Amino acid sequence: MRAASKRNEIHIERLNKSYSQQASASGELHYIIQDVDLAVKGGEFFVLLGPSGCGKSTLLSLIAGFVSKTSGQVRVGEKEVERPGQDRAVVFQQADSSLFPWLTVRENVEFGLRMKRIPAAERKVISDKFIALVGLSGHEKKFPRELSGGMKQRVQLARVLSNDPAILLMDEPFGALDAMTRRTMQKELVNIWRSTDKTVIFVTHDIQEALLLGGRIGIMSPGPSSRISHIYDVPLAYPRDLSSPEFHVLHDQIQSHFEE
Amino acid sequence: MTAKLKRGGLHLLFVLAGFVLWHLLSLVYGPEILPGPIYTAQGGYELLRDGTLLQYIGISSYRVLAGWTIGSLIAIPVGLVIGKVGPIRAFAEPFLNFIRFIPPIAFITLFLVWFGIGETSKIALILYATFFIVVLNTLTGVLSVEEDKIRSARSMGASEWQIVLHVIIPATVPYMFTGIRLAMGTSFMAIIGAEMIASNEGVGYLIWNSRLFFRTDWIFVGLISLGLMGFLTDRGVAWIGKRLLSRYGVVSTTSLRR
Repeated sequence: MRAASKRNEIHIERLNKSYSQQASASGELHYIIQDVDLAVKGGEFFVLLGPSGCGKSTLLSLIAGFVSKTSGQVRVGEKEVERPGQDRAVVFQQADSSLFPWLTVRENVEFGLRMKRIPAAERKVISDKFIALVGLSGHEKKFPRELSGGMKQRVQLARVLSNDPAILLMDEPFGALDAMTRRTMQKELVNIWRSTDKTVIFVTHDIQEALLLGGRIGIMSPGPSSRISHIYDVPLAYPRDLSSPEFHVLHDQIQSHFEE
Repeated sequence: MTAKLKRGGLHLLFVLAGFVLWHLLSLVYGPEILPGPIYTAQGGYELLRDGTLLQYIGISSYRVLAGWTIGSLIAIPVGLVIGKVGPIRAFAEPFLNFIRFIPPIAFITLFLVWFGIGETSKIALILYATFFIVVLNTLTGVLSVEEDKIRSARSMGASEWQIVLHVIIPATVPYMFTGIRLAMGTSFMAIIGAEMIASNEGVGYLIWNSRLFFRTDWIFVGLISLGLMGFLTDRGVAWIGKRLLSRYGVVSTTSLRR
Protein backbone atom coordinates (compact mmCIF):
# COMPACT_ATOMS: atom_id res chain seq x y z
CA MET A 1 0.00 0.00 0.00
CA ARG A 2 1.44 3.35 -1.01
CA ALA A 3 -1.02 5.87 0.23
CA ALA A 4 1.50 8.64 -0.50
CA SER A 5 0.84 8.39 -4.22
CA LYS A 6 -2.70 9.72 -3.94
CA ARG A 7 -3.15 12.49 -6.45
CA ASN A 8 -4.89 14.86 -4.07
CA GLU A 9 -2.13 15.05 -1.47
CA ILE A 10 0.21 18.01 -1.18
CA HIS A 11 3.72 17.93 0.25
CA ILE A 12 5.73 21.07 0.76
CA GLU A 13 9.28 20.94 2.06
CA ARG A 14 11.63 23.80 2.93
CA LEU A 15 9.93 26.01 0.39
CA ASN A 16 11.39 29.48 -0.22
CA LYS A 17 10.19 32.24 -2.46
CA SER A 18 11.94 35.49 -3.21
CA TYR A 19 10.94 37.92 -5.93
CA SER A 20 14.29 39.71 -5.99
CA GLN A 21 17.01 38.15 -8.12
CA GLN A 22 20.03 39.55 -6.29
CA ALA A 23 20.87 39.37 -2.64
CA SER A 24 20.54 42.68 -0.81
CA ALA A 25 23.50 44.62 0.62
CA SER A 26 23.59 42.42 3.71
CA GLY A 27 24.02 39.39 1.47
CA GLU A 28 20.56 38.01 2.34
CA LEU A 29 17.82 37.26 -0.15
CA HIS A 30 14.56 39.03 0.63
CA TYR A 31 12.08 36.21 1.13
CA ILE A 32 8.31 36.45 0.90
CA ILE A 33 7.97 33.03 2.45
CA GLN A 34 10.80 31.10 4.00
CA ASP A 35 11.21 27.47 5.03
CA VAL A 36 7.60 26.45 4.67
CA ASP A 37 6.85 22.82 5.51
CA LEU A 38 3.37 21.43 5.08
CA ALA A 39 1.71 18.12 4.39
CA VAL A 40 -1.94 18.19 3.38
CA LYS A 41 -3.76 14.87 3.29
CA GLY A 42 -6.05 13.86 0.46
CA GLY A 43 -9.60 15.11 0.92
CA GLU A 44 -8.64 17.50 3.68
CA PHE A 45 -10.02 21.02 4.12
CA PHE A 46 -6.97 23.06 5.01
CA VAL A 47 -7.16 26.77 5.81
CA LEU A 48 -4.21 29.13 5.50
CA LEU A 49 -4.81 31.96 7.93
CA GLY A 50 -2.75 35.09 8.26
CA PRO A 51 -2.68 38.87 8.10
CA SER A 52 -2.66 40.74 4.80
CA GLY A 53 0.67 40.69 3.01
CA CYS A 54 1.99 37.61 4.78
CA GLY A 55 2.46 35.59 1.62
CA LYS A 56 -0.65 33.37 1.81
CA SER A 57 -1.52 34.11 -1.79
CA THR A 58 2.09 33.59 -2.83
CA LEU A 59 2.06 30.15 -1.24
CA LEU A 60 -1.20 29.36 -3.04
CA SER A 61 0.28 30.57 -6.35
CA LEU A 62 3.28 28.32 -5.81
CA ILE A 63 1.03 25.30 -5.32
CA ALA A 64 -0.98 26.33 -8.36
CA GLY A 65 2.22 26.60 -10.39
CA PHE A 66 1.62 30.23 -11.39
CA VAL A 67 4.94 31.40 -9.99
CA SER A 68 8.17 29.46 -9.67
CA LYS A 69 9.77 28.78 -6.34
CA THR A 70 13.23 29.95 -5.35
CA SER A 71 14.12 26.69 -3.61
CA GLY A 72 12.50 23.74 -1.84
CA GLN A 73 9.85 21.29 -2.94
CA VAL A 74 6.15 21.38 -3.77
CA ARG A 75 4.71 18.01 -4.66
CA VAL A 76 1.16 17.12 -5.60
CA GLY A 77 0.78 13.38 -5.37
CA GLU A 78 4.19 12.16 -6.48
CA LYS A 79 4.76 14.94 -8.95
CA GLU A 80 6.81 18.10 -8.46
CA VAL A 81 4.78 21.20 -9.32
CA GLU A 82 6.32 23.10 -12.21
CA ARG A 83 3.39 24.65 -14.02
CA PRO A 84 -0.40 24.99 -13.66
CA GLY A 85 -2.27 21.72 -14.11
CA GLN A 86 -5.84 20.53 -14.34
CA ASP A 87 -5.43 18.60 -11.11
CA ARG A 88 -5.27 21.94 -9.25
CA ALA A 89 -8.17 24.33 -9.81
CA VAL A 90 -8.04 27.91 -8.58
CA VAL A 91 -10.94 30.03 -7.36
CA PHE A 92 -9.79 33.62 -7.40
CA GLN A 93 -10.69 36.42 -5.02
CA GLN A 94 -12.03 38.67 -7.77
CA ALA A 95 -14.65 36.99 -9.94
CA ASP A 96 -14.71 40.02 -12.24
CA SER A 97 -11.10 39.60 -13.22
CA SER A 98 -11.17 35.83 -13.56
CA LEU A 99 -14.53 35.08 -15.21
CA PHE A 100 -14.85 35.63 -18.95
CA PRO A 101 -17.39 38.45 -19.33
CA TRP A 102 -18.03 37.66 -23.01
CA LEU A 103 -19.27 34.16 -22.13
CA THR A 104 -22.57 33.24 -20.52
CA VAL A 105 -22.75 31.36 -17.24
CA ARG A 106 -22.99 28.06 -19.10
CA GLU A 107 -20.17 28.93 -21.48
CA ASN A 108 -17.95 29.95 -18.56
CA VAL A 109 -18.66 26.66 -16.80
CA GLU A 110 -17.95 24.70 -20.00
CA PHE A 111 -14.71 26.57 -20.79
CA GLY A 112 -12.31 23.91 -19.56
CA LEU A 113 -14.33 21.16 -21.24
CA ARG A 114 -14.31 23.06 -24.51
CA MET A 115 -10.53 23.42 -24.30
CA LYS A 116 -10.37 19.63 -24.02
CA ARG A 117 -12.65 19.34 -27.08
CA ILE A 118 -15.35 17.43 -25.23
CA PRO A 119 -18.47 17.17 -27.44
CA ALA A 120 -21.24 19.70 -26.81
CA ALA A 121 -23.83 17.17 -25.65
CA GLU A 122 -21.48 15.79 -23.03
CA ARG A 123 -20.46 19.30 -21.97
CA LYS A 124 -24.09 20.18 -21.38
CA VAL A 125 -24.65 17.21 -19.08
CA ILE A 126 -21.63 18.19 -17.00
CA SER A 127 -22.38 21.91 -16.89
CA ASP A 128 -26.03 21.24 -15.99
CA LYS A 129 -24.87 19.17 -13.05
CA PHE A 130 -22.48 21.74 -11.62
CA ILE A 131 -24.67 24.76 -12.33
CA ALA A 132 -27.37 22.97 -10.35
CA LEU A 133 -24.88 22.05 -7.60
CA VAL A 134 -23.97 25.70 -6.99
CA GLY A 135 -27.63 26.74 -7.20
CA LEU A 136 -27.56 28.68 -10.45
CA SER A 137 -30.11 26.71 -12.47
CA GLY A 138 -32.17 29.10 -14.55
CA HIS A 139 -29.30 31.58 -14.92
CA GLU A 140 -27.39 29.63 -17.62
CA LYS A 141 -27.89 32.22 -20.32
CA LYS A 142 -26.94 35.26 -18.25
CA PHE A 143 -23.65 37.06 -18.60
CA PRO A 144 -21.45 37.65 -15.53
CA ARG A 145 -22.28 41.37 -15.50
CA GLU A 146 -25.92 40.47 -14.88
CA LEU A 147 -25.07 38.55 -11.70
CA SER A 148 -24.46 39.59 -8.09
CA GLY A 149 -21.07 39.11 -6.44
CA GLY A 150 -22.13 35.90 -4.72
CA MET A 151 -23.54 34.44 -7.92
CA LYS A 152 -20.31 35.22 -9.75
CA GLN A 153 -18.34 33.29 -7.16
CA ARG A 154 -20.77 30.40 -7.65
CA VAL A 155 -19.99 30.51 -11.37
CA GLN A 156 -16.27 30.37 -10.58
CA LEU A 157 -16.85 27.38 -8.34
CA ALA A 158 -18.96 25.55 -10.94
CA ARG A 159 -16.41 26.41 -13.61
CA VAL A 160 -13.55 24.72 -11.77
CA LEU A 161 -15.62 21.79 -10.47
CA SER A 162 -16.70 20.85 -14.00
CA ASN A 163 -13.06 19.98 -14.76
CA ASP A 164 -13.08 17.52 -11.85
CA PRO A 165 -9.84 18.71 -10.22
CA ALA A 166 -8.33 16.75 -7.31
CA ILE A 167 -7.47 19.93 -5.46
CA LEU A 168 -9.27 23.24 -5.03
CA LEU A 169 -7.12 26.26 -4.28
CA MET A 170 -9.25 29.14 -3.04
CA ASP A 171 -7.84 32.63 -2.54
CA GLU A 172 -10.16 34.58 -0.20
CA PRO A 173 -13.06 33.83 -2.54
CA PHE A 174 -15.70 35.26 -0.20
CA GLY A 175 -13.72 38.32 0.91
CA ALA A 176 -15.63 40.74 -1.28
CA LEU A 177 -19.12 39.45 -0.40
CA ASP A 178 -21.58 40.90 2.08
CA ALA A 179 -21.81 39.10 5.42
CA MET A 180 -25.05 37.25 4.71
CA THR A 181 -24.03 36.00 1.28
CA ARG A 182 -20.66 35.00 2.68
CA ARG A 183 -22.32 32.86 5.36
CA THR A 184 -24.46 31.07 2.77
CA MET A 185 -21.49 30.47 0.50
CA GLN A 186 -19.44 29.08 3.38
CA LYS A 187 -22.18 26.59 4.23
CA GLU A 188 -22.57 25.51 0.64
CA LEU A 189 -18.84 25.16 0.12
CA VAL A 190 -18.65 22.80 3.09
CA ASN A 191 -21.54 20.76 1.68
CA ILE A 192 -19.96 20.56 -1.76
CA TRP A 193 -16.59 19.62 -0.30
CA ARG A 194 -18.12 16.91 1.89
CA SER A 195 -19.88 15.35 -1.09
CA THR A 196 -16.57 14.95 -2.95
CA ASP A 197 -13.10 13.70 -2.10
CA LYS A 198 -11.39 16.90 -3.12
CA THR A 199 -8.64 18.52 -1.15
CA VAL A 200 -9.27 22.19 -0.44
CA ILE A 201 -6.70 24.81 0.45
CA PHE A 202 -8.52 27.94 1.48
CA VAL A 203 -6.78 31.25 2.09
CA THR A 204 -8.37 33.79 4.41
CA HIS A 205 -7.57 36.46 6.99
CA ASP A 206 -10.86 35.93 8.80
CA ILE A 207 -10.52 33.75 11.92
CA GLN A 208 -14.24 32.98 12.10
CA GLU A 209 -14.29 31.89 8.46
CA ALA A 210 -11.25 29.69 9.08
CA LEU A 211 -13.02 28.01 12.01
CA LEU A 212 -16.27 27.56 10.10
CA LEU A 213 -14.56 25.80 7.22
CA GLY A 214 -11.27 24.21 8.10
CA GLY A 215 -10.44 20.73 9.30
CA ARG A 216 -7.00 22.13 10.05
CA ILE A 217 -5.85 25.71 10.19
CA GLY A 218 -2.30 26.79 9.40
CA ILE A 219 -1.31 30.12 10.89
CA MET A 220 1.12 32.13 8.83
CA SER A 221 3.47 34.51 10.59
CA PRO A 222 3.50 38.13 9.41
CA GLY A 223 5.74 38.75 6.39
CA PRO A 224 8.38 39.11 5.14
CA SER A 225 10.04 35.72 5.49
CA SER A 226 6.69 34.32 6.48
CA ARG A 227 6.19 30.69 7.39
CA ILE A 228 3.53 28.45 8.88
CA SER A 229 4.08 28.98 12.59
CA HIS A 230 1.27 26.85 14.06
CA ILE A 231 -1.20 24.29 12.86
CA TYR A 232 -4.49 23.86 14.69
CA ASP A 233 -6.74 20.85 14.45
CA VAL A 234 -10.39 21.79 14.54
CA PRO A 235 -12.12 18.81 16.13
CA LEU A 236 -15.61 20.21 15.66
CA ALA A 237 -18.34 18.53 13.62
CA TYR A 238 -19.87 20.16 10.52
CA PRO A 239 -21.93 22.27 10.31
CA ARG A 240 -19.98 24.30 12.82
CA ASP A 241 -21.84 26.00 15.63
CA LEU A 242 -20.68 29.58 16.04
CA SER A 243 -22.13 29.85 19.52
CA SER A 244 -20.56 26.72 21.00
CA PRO A 245 -17.99 27.19 23.80
CA GLU A 246 -15.39 25.08 21.95
CA PHE A 247 -15.65 27.43 19.00
CA HIS A 248 -14.93 30.41 21.26
CA VAL A 249 -11.97 28.76 22.94
CA LEU A 250 -10.35 28.02 19.59
CA HIS A 251 -11.21 31.47 18.31
CA ASP A 252 -9.49 33.13 21.28
CA GLN A 253 -6.51 30.83 21.02
CA ILE A 254 -5.97 31.67 17.37
CA GLN A 255 -6.69 35.34 17.98
CA SER A 256 -3.81 35.47 20.47
CA HIS A 257 -1.34 34.87 17.61
CA PHE A 258 -2.26 38.13 15.98
CA GLU A 259 -2.30 40.38 19.02
CA GLU A 260 1.33 41.15 19.72
CA MET B 1 -41.89 59.12 -24.46
CA THR B 2 -42.46 62.77 -23.66
CA ALA B 3 -38.83 63.11 -22.57
CA LYS B 4 -37.73 61.73 -25.93
CA LEU B 5 -40.05 64.13 -27.77
CA LYS B 6 -38.76 67.00 -25.70
CA ARG B 7 -35.16 66.15 -26.54
CA GLY B 8 -35.96 65.74 -30.22
CA GLY B 9 -37.70 69.11 -30.19
CA LEU B 10 -34.72 70.71 -28.50
CA HIS B 11 -32.37 69.24 -31.11
CA LEU B 12 -34.53 70.58 -33.89
CA LEU B 13 -34.60 73.99 -32.23
CA PHE B 14 -30.80 74.06 -32.04
CA VAL B 15 -30.43 73.12 -35.69
CA LEU B 16 -32.91 75.80 -36.68
CA ALA B 17 -31.14 78.39 -34.53
CA GLY B 18 -27.87 77.40 -36.20
CA PHE B 19 -29.33 77.93 -39.64
CA VAL B 20 -30.76 81.30 -38.66
CA LEU B 21 -27.42 82.45 -37.22
CA TRP B 22 -25.59 81.19 -40.28
CA HIS B 23 -28.02 83.05 -42.53
CA LEU B 24 -27.71 86.29 -40.55
CA LEU B 25 -23.91 86.16 -40.58
CA SER B 26 -23.92 85.57 -44.33
CA LEU B 27 -26.06 88.69 -44.74
CA VAL B 28 -23.55 90.69 -42.72
CA TYR B 29 -20.42 89.49 -44.52
CA GLY B 30 -21.80 88.88 -48.00
CA PRO B 31 -22.07 85.59 -49.92
CA GLU B 32 -18.49 85.69 -51.31
CA ILE B 33 -16.96 85.63 -47.84
CA LEU B 34 -19.59 83.56 -46.09
CA PRO B 35 -22.18 81.87 -48.30
CA GLY B 36 -25.46 81.44 -46.46
CA PRO B 37 -27.59 78.30 -46.26
CA ILE B 38 -29.62 79.20 -49.33
CA TYR B 39 -26.57 79.92 -51.43
CA THR B 40 -24.91 76.73 -50.27
CA ALA B 41 -28.04 74.73 -51.05
CA GLN B 42 -28.07 76.18 -54.54
CA GLY B 43 -24.39 75.33 -55.03
CA GLY B 44 -25.02 71.86 -53.70
CA TYR B 45 -27.95 71.34 -56.06
CA GLU B 46 -25.75 72.44 -58.95
CA LEU B 47 -23.10 69.86 -58.02
CA LEU B 48 -25.72 67.18 -57.44
CA ARG B 49 -27.36 67.74 -60.79
CA ASP B 50 -24.21 67.32 -62.85
CA GLY B 51 -23.32 64.27 -60.77
CA THR B 52 -19.95 65.47 -59.49
CA LEU B 53 -20.91 65.65 -55.82
CA LEU B 54 -22.09 62.04 -55.56
CA GLN B 55 -19.15 60.88 -57.65
CA TYR B 56 -16.70 62.71 -55.39
CA ILE B 57 -18.35 61.47 -52.22
CA GLY B 58 -18.24 57.96 -53.67
CA ILE B 59 -14.57 58.11 -54.60
CA SER B 60 -13.51 59.62 -51.26
CA SER B 61 -15.56 57.06 -49.32
CA TYR B 62 -14.10 54.24 -51.38
CA ARG B 63 -10.55 55.39 -50.64
CA VAL B 64 -11.22 55.75 -46.93
CA LEU B 65 -13.06 52.45 -46.58
CA ALA B 66 -10.51 50.49 -48.61
CA GLY B 67 -7.46 51.86 -46.79
CA TRP B 68 -9.14 51.68 -43.40
CA THR B 69 -10.34 48.09 -43.86
CA ILE B 70 -6.99 46.82 -45.13
CA GLY B 71 -5.16 48.82 -42.47
CA SER B 72 -7.30 47.42 -39.65
CA LEU B 73 -7.04 43.86 -40.96
CA ILE B 74 -3.24 44.05 -40.97
CA ALA B 75 -2.98 46.03 -37.74
CA ILE B 76 -5.01 43.71 -35.51
CA PRO B 77 -2.77 40.62 -35.87
CA VAL B 78 0.34 42.82 -35.70
CA GLY B 79 -0.93 44.42 -32.49
CA LEU B 80 -1.70 41.00 -31.03
CA VAL B 81 1.78 39.68 -31.79
CA ILE B 82 3.51 42.78 -30.43
CA GLY B 83 1.36 42.64 -27.30
CA LYS B 84 1.86 38.94 -26.70
CA VAL B 85 5.55 38.49 -27.48
CA GLY B 86 7.79 40.41 -25.07
CA PRO B 87 10.99 40.56 -27.15
CA ILE B 88 9.10 41.79 -30.22
CA ARG B 89 7.40 44.41 -28.07
CA ALA B 90 10.71 45.64 -26.66
CA PHE B 91 11.92 46.10 -30.22
CA ALA B 92 8.72 47.56 -31.69
CA GLU B 93 7.59 49.96 -28.98
CA PRO B 94 10.17 52.73 -29.47
CA PHE B 95 9.65 52.45 -33.21
CA LEU B 96 5.86 52.74 -32.82
CA ASN B 97 6.18 55.72 -30.53
CA PHE B 98 8.52 57.40 -32.98
CA ILE B 99 6.42 56.90 -36.06
CA ARG B 100 3.03 57.68 -34.58
CA PHE B 101 4.03 61.34 -34.28
CA ILE B 102 4.53 61.63 -38.02
CA PRO B 103 1.14 62.62 -39.45
CA PRO B 104 0.01 60.90 -42.68
CA ILE B 105 -0.07 64.22 -44.57
CA ALA B 106 3.70 64.51 -44.13
CA PHE B 107 4.10 61.36 -46.20
CA ILE B 108 2.04 62.45 -49.21
CA THR B 109 4.93 63.36 -51.50
CA LEU B 110 6.87 60.23 -50.61
CA PHE B 111 3.85 58.02 -51.12
CA LEU B 112 3.30 59.58 -54.55
CA VAL B 113 6.89 58.80 -55.44
CA TRP B 114 6.65 55.27 -54.07
CA PHE B 115 3.14 54.23 -55.14
CA GLY B 116 2.40 56.49 -58.13
CA ILE B 117 -0.21 59.15 -58.74
CA GLY B 118 -3.14 56.69 -58.86
CA GLU B 119 -5.38 55.13 -56.20
CA THR B 120 -2.64 53.03 -54.62
CA SER B 121 -0.86 55.99 -53.05
CA LYS B 122 -4.09 57.31 -51.49
CA ILE B 123 -5.14 53.94 -50.14
CA ALA B 124 -1.63 53.41 -48.82
CA LEU B 125 -1.85 56.74 -47.03
CA ILE B 126 -5.15 55.80 -45.34
CA LEU B 127 -3.66 52.44 -44.49
CA TYR B 128 -0.80 54.23 -42.78
CA ALA B 129 -3.20 56.57 -40.96
CA THR B 130 -5.19 53.57 -39.69
CA PHE B 131 -2.42 51.10 -39.00
CA PHE B 132 -0.62 52.67 -36.04
CA ILE B 133 -3.74 53.69 -34.15
CA VAL B 134 -5.18 50.19 -34.40
CA VAL B 135 -1.86 48.54 -33.54
CA LEU B 136 -1.41 50.71 -30.46
CA ASN B 137 -4.96 50.14 -29.24
CA THR B 138 -4.80 46.38 -29.83
CA LEU B 139 -1.46 46.26 -28.06
CA THR B 140 -2.84 48.17 -25.09
CA GLY B 141 -5.76 45.73 -25.01
CA VAL B 142 -3.48 42.70 -24.93
CA LEU B 143 -1.46 44.23 -22.10
CA SER B 144 -4.64 44.97 -20.11
CA VAL B 145 -5.93 41.39 -20.07
CA GLU B 146 -6.14 40.48 -16.40
CA GLU B 147 -3.57 37.95 -15.29
CA ASP B 148 -6.31 36.04 -13.41
CA LYS B 149 -8.09 35.27 -16.70
CA ILE B 150 -4.97 33.82 -18.26
CA ARG B 151 -4.11 31.90 -15.10
CA SER B 152 -7.56 30.41 -14.74
CA ALA B 153 -7.60 29.36 -18.43
CA ARG B 154 -4.19 27.80 -18.00
CA SER B 155 -5.18 25.82 -14.93
CA MET B 156 -8.29 24.60 -16.78
CA GLY B 157 -6.01 23.00 -19.32
CA ALA B 158 -5.93 25.60 -22.10
CA SER B 159 -2.83 25.54 -24.29
CA GLU B 160 -0.94 28.77 -25.02
CA TRP B 161 -2.57 28.93 -28.44
CA GLN B 162 -6.02 28.36 -26.94
CA ILE B 163 -5.33 31.15 -24.44
CA VAL B 164 -4.61 33.56 -27.30
CA LEU B 165 -7.69 32.43 -29.22
CA HIS B 166 -10.20 32.09 -26.37
CA VAL B 167 -8.98 34.61 -23.79
CA ILE B 168 -6.67 37.28 -25.18
CA ILE B 169 -8.49 37.99 -28.45
CA PRO B 170 -12.02 38.20 -26.99
CA ALA B 171 -10.76 40.29 -24.06
CA THR B 172 -9.07 42.68 -26.50
CA VAL B 173 -12.07 43.18 -28.81
CA PRO B 174 -13.27 46.43 -27.18
CA TYR B 175 -9.79 47.95 -27.56
CA MET B 176 -9.54 46.88 -31.20
CA PHE B 177 -12.94 48.38 -31.82
CA THR B 178 -12.01 51.70 -30.19
CA GLY B 179 -8.87 51.72 -32.32
CA ILE B 180 -10.64 51.19 -35.62
CA ARG B 181 -13.26 53.77 -34.71
CA LEU B 182 -10.63 56.38 -33.88
CA ALA B 183 -8.75 55.49 -37.06
CA MET B 184 -11.82 56.37 -39.09
CA GLY B 185 -11.43 60.02 -38.04
CA THR B 186 -7.74 60.13 -38.91
CA SER B 187 -8.49 58.48 -42.25
CA PHE B 188 -10.85 61.28 -43.22
CA MET B 189 -8.26 63.91 -42.35
CA ALA B 190 -5.61 62.08 -44.37
CA ILE B 191 -7.75 61.59 -47.47
CA ILE B 192 -8.78 65.24 -47.68
CA GLY B 193 -5.13 66.30 -47.48
CA ALA B 194 -4.14 63.81 -50.14
CA GLU B 195 -6.97 64.82 -52.47
CA MET B 196 -6.16 68.49 -52.10
CA ILE B 197 -2.55 67.99 -53.09
CA ALA B 198 -2.60 65.13 -55.54
CA SER B 199 -5.91 64.26 -57.08
CA ASN B 200 -8.44 65.43 -59.62
CA GLU B 201 -11.49 63.95 -57.99
CA GLY B 202 -12.86 63.50 -54.48
CA VAL B 203 -14.28 65.80 -51.82
CA GLY B 204 -10.84 67.16 -50.92
CA TYR B 205 -10.28 68.04 -54.57
CA LEU B 206 -13.68 69.78 -54.66
CA ILE B 207 -12.84 71.93 -51.64
CA TRP B 208 -9.40 72.83 -52.95
CA ASN B 209 -10.38 73.34 -56.59
CA SER B 210 -13.32 75.61 -55.77
CA ARG B 211 -10.86 78.33 -54.85
CA LEU B 212 -9.97 78.72 -58.54
CA PHE B 213 -13.56 79.80 -59.28
CA PHE B 214 -13.97 81.57 -55.95
CA ARG B 215 -16.95 79.30 -55.25
CA THR B 216 -17.02 79.47 -51.45
CA ASP B 217 -20.49 77.91 -51.58
CA TRP B 218 -18.96 74.75 -53.13
CA ILE B 219 -16.37 74.72 -50.34
CA PHE B 220 -19.26 74.74 -47.87
CA VAL B 221 -20.92 71.90 -49.76
CA GLY B 222 -17.65 69.94 -49.47
CA LEU B 223 -17.33 70.64 -45.75
CA ILE B 224 -20.91 69.59 -45.04
CA SER B 225 -20.50 66.43 -47.14
CA LEU B 226 -17.40 65.54 -45.15
CA GLY B 227 -19.15 66.06 -41.84
CA LEU B 228 -22.07 63.92 -42.93
CA MET B 229 -19.84 61.17 -44.33
CA GLY B 230 -17.86 61.00 -41.10
CA PHE B 231 -20.95 61.13 -38.93
CA LEU B 232 -22.78 58.43 -40.86
CA THR B 233 -19.84 56.02 -41.12
CA ASP B 234 -19.08 56.43 -37.42
CA ARG B 235 -22.70 55.73 -36.52
CA GLY B 236 -22.67 52.77 -38.89
CA VAL B 237 -19.53 51.31 -37.37
CA ALA B 238 -20.87 51.90 -33.85
CA TRP B 239 -24.15 50.22 -34.76
CA ILE B 240 -22.40 47.19 -36.24
CA GLY B 241 -20.17 47.06 -33.16
CA LYS B 242 -23.12 47.11 -30.82
CA ARG B 243 -24.97 44.54 -32.88
CA LEU B 244 -22.19 42.00 -33.32
CA LEU B 245 -19.84 42.66 -30.43
CA SER B 246 -22.01 43.56 -27.44
CA ARG B 247 -21.06 40.37 -25.61
CA TYR B 248 -17.44 41.53 -25.69
CA GLY B 249 -18.36 44.74 -23.90
CA VAL B 250 -18.62 47.01 -26.95
CA VAL B 251 -21.54 49.23 -25.98
CA SER B 252 -20.83 52.81 -26.94
CA THR B 253 -23.11 54.38 -29.54
CA THR B 254 -22.14 57.98 -28.92
CA SER B 255 -19.23 59.46 -30.80
CA LEU B 256 -15.74 59.17 -29.39
CA ARG B 257 -13.74 62.21 -28.55
CA ARG B 258 -10.18 61.40 -27.60
